[in-house]
Amino acid sequence: MTLSFPPSEKKPLEGLQPKGWLRYLSFSLDHKVIGLQYLICGFIFYLIGGALAGAIRIELTSPLSDFLERDVYNQVLTLHGTIMIFLWIVPVVNGAFGNYLIPFYVGARDMAFPRLNAVAFWLIPPAGLMLITSYFINGAAQSGWTAYPPLSITTPAAGQIIWILSVLLLGGSSIFGGINFIATILKLRRPGLKLMQLPMYCWAMLGTSILVVLSTPVLAGTLILLSFDIVAHTGFFNPELGGNVIVYQHLFWFYSHPAVYIMVLPAFGLVSEILPVHCRKPLFGYITMVYSIMGIVVLGLVVWAHHMFTSGTPPWMRLFFTIATAFIAVPTGIKFFNWVATLWGGKISLNSAILFSCGFIINFVLGGITGVALAQVPFDIHVHDTYFVVAHFHYIVYGGSVFVIFSSIYHWFPKFTGKLLNENLGRFHFLITFIGFNLCFAPQHWLGLNGMPRRVAEYDPQFTFVNQLSSIGALLMALSTLPFLWNVLQSLLKGPKSGDNPWKALTPEWLTSSPPPVENWLGEAPLVTEPYGYGKKKKIVLAIKSEKEDKENI
Amino acid sequence: MTTTTPLEKDSSPSSEEKKSDTEHSDHRMFGLVTFLVADGMTFAGFFAAYLTFKAVNPLLPDAIYELELPLPTLNTILLLVSSATFHRAGKALQNKDSNLCQKWLLVTAALGLAFLTSQMIEYFTLPFGLTDNLFASTFYALTGFHGLHVTLGSILILIVWWQARSPKGSLSHDNSFLLEAAELYWHFVDGIWVVLFIILYLL
Ligand code: HEM
Ligand SMILES: [Cu+2]
Repeated sequence: MTLSFPPSEKKPLEGLQPKGWLRYLSFSLDHKVIGLQYLICGFIFYLIGGALAGAIRIELTSPLSDFLERDVYNQVLTLHGTIMIFLWIVPVVNGAFGNYLIPFYVGARDMAFPRLNAVAFWLIPPAGLMLITSYFINGAAQSGWTAYPPLSITTPAAGQIIWILSVLLLGGSSIFGGINFIATILKLRRPGLKLMQLPMYCWAMLGTSILVVLSTPVLAGTLILLSFDIVAHTGFFNPELGGNVIVYQHLFWFYSHPAVYIMVLPAFGLVSEILPVHCRKPLFGYITMVYSIMGIVVLGLVVWAHHMFTSGTPPWMRLFFTIATAFIAVPTGIKFFNWVATLWGGKISLNSAILFSCGFIINFVLGGITGVALAQVPFDIHVHDTYFVVAHFHYIVYGGSVFVIFSSIYHWFPKFTGKLLNENLGRFHFLITFIGFNLCFAPQHWLGLNGMPRRVAEYDPQFTFVNQLSSIGALLMALSTLPFLWNVLQSLLKGPKSGDNPWKALTPEWLTSSPPPVENWLGEAPLVTEPYGYGKKKKIVLAIKSEKEDKENI
Repeated sequence: MTTTTPLEKDSSPSSEEKKSDTEHSDHRMFGLVTFLVADGMTFAGFFAAYLTFKAVNPLLPDAIYELELPLPTLNTILLLVSSATFHRAGKALQNKDSNLCQKWLLVTAALGLAFLTSQMIEYFTLPFGLTDNLFASTFYALTGFHGLHVTLGSILILIVWWQARSPKGSLSHDNSFLLEAAELYWHFVDGIWVVLFIILYLL
């Protein structure tokens, strides 16, 4: 058996790259640096997007638009959605953890295309800055993250065009990342490592990247046509000029339904890594997990029109998309039960990582249930474009993906830095986030069922109290970020050393030092054929020991 | 079973290096194919939009144009022949005949430029402009996006030719990635044209 890593073409460059924290501002080719760049950059955008959400919730504490003017409200709303999706969740669950972990999981020293990787990351900050500065110059886009025409054609053009450009850049970044992940997972596996032995996150990233490569280009093409409509006054999506708005919706959702899986499939993968470690049990149902992921990928491409039941879709289309959407609940349910079964009877240590993961499981199941409800045409016609939909997708995007991001940060922080976070502060963070989140979004189900439309700055006074309740929840969510930031800061400055493998985990990223050396292992990459072999004491010791030997051999 | 076997150390680093070198070029080819799948999806989106527009947005009778066929047919032939000439260039490089390779590359680039010229002529003789109606807009969007690909492809071919020409260039019979990549891309662009020709002109 021979080792065949690509020649490390970056070696000569390594000397030129800055050391220490300056690395994170450089065009580094190291996948670990790029991963953390994604994470930090994403988190900054999360704080900005969060501030915008705060502005929205303040506005909604009273029925009139007194805090923000209507136009400003629409801009804030659009920026909030776009930032949270394209600059926080997608780059972090894919780019940040994917870049950091995938090379370890496949036993490689870096991603397949390190340069492309760095380019993909560095497209993000300019795109984000462009988007945000548009607010201060000409006013940002006002047509929501969906940019439906004719709204997006009739609102001020400058902001909309900048929005399109920035989403195109972010889409390009996402596609480059996807290509890199597919190539790394399929082509860069360490000799002897079989596909069915990979940690689950690899499968999740493979599935996600397939979705990225197949669907993001369609969004790009659509937005290019939309920009023609705005700039050159063509009529693709402009009914006044004979165009067709429904075609935009189809093309948009052909990307954007898969996009919801681009946001949540990697989170599924991360949870599948975290749970076994902290409850000391193998991941339940590995093979069914793999098939579920692939099932979700295939079905995820053919359910898009469930977002369009009120767009005059013909009956046969409604029927098809309702059934396909109901089917997608099956693989999703399988995954849910597998996680529960993984926890079942395990030696669970109730630390921050597992708390956030369990929070994810609870929230996700609630969001999944409302999702299946929304897929039923008669019900959807009633609640479409109301706060019920807002509640549904926040249960999934925040209660699901964001909870998993926090869980992952608690889990991998010792890996990133070699320092431990304070667990009590972490549990406190979880508690406030969980309460705040549910207080913020659970009442919105009621609001939606009673007919409060989404995306409007003003509402019927009968909804005032419940909206205020929701805003209190949002305040708690905002405050919950403080103990987290404090925790990270404290730990970076004077946190206790974590040692190389504080969780005694078996996945390959833990079988090296923390933080890891530049090319991941000082010796050869370990061959981990059973990443979830917990509860088999002897072998854990064996794995860790031979890693030590590895080091001593050098 | 968890096993952590240290790998056998390879004794000859030079053979090792060579091996991973070729592997690396495979990855780039694989990456290119993945990229072309993505690129193909952009076209698929455009085609889907065009076909839907056509099916559900009938144009007024006086706004329907009959497209002339001779020029696009000539274009199809130009591109198909250029695919063959590119293939010839690759074969020549394999046979270590750099001169022949350069000649075929130039012929291919010339065919690409001829395609673009004749496309321009078509644009200027058409009785409709970009914003005239939905059909016109879609026509220009589709052919224009494809034309952009041909333009990039022609530039790429000239770069390959330049590399093959200069003795220190990064192209030789045992390092032909650049040529293979450009060739794959070119075949892809040709393939898209055939689909486009059928959908836009013949259907
Ligand atoms: C169990 C699986 C799911 C089902 C059956 C489902 C179903 C639906 C349906 C039918 C709608 C359209 C509601 C309407 O506009 O009237 C919807 C909206 C939405 N869903 Fe889901 N969903 C599921 C999972 C997810 C996931 C995993 C995410 C994200 C990670 C997500 C994010 C969204 C978003 C963002 C919207 C609103 C889009 C908008 O109009 O702005 N959903 N979902
Ligand atoms: Cu959907």
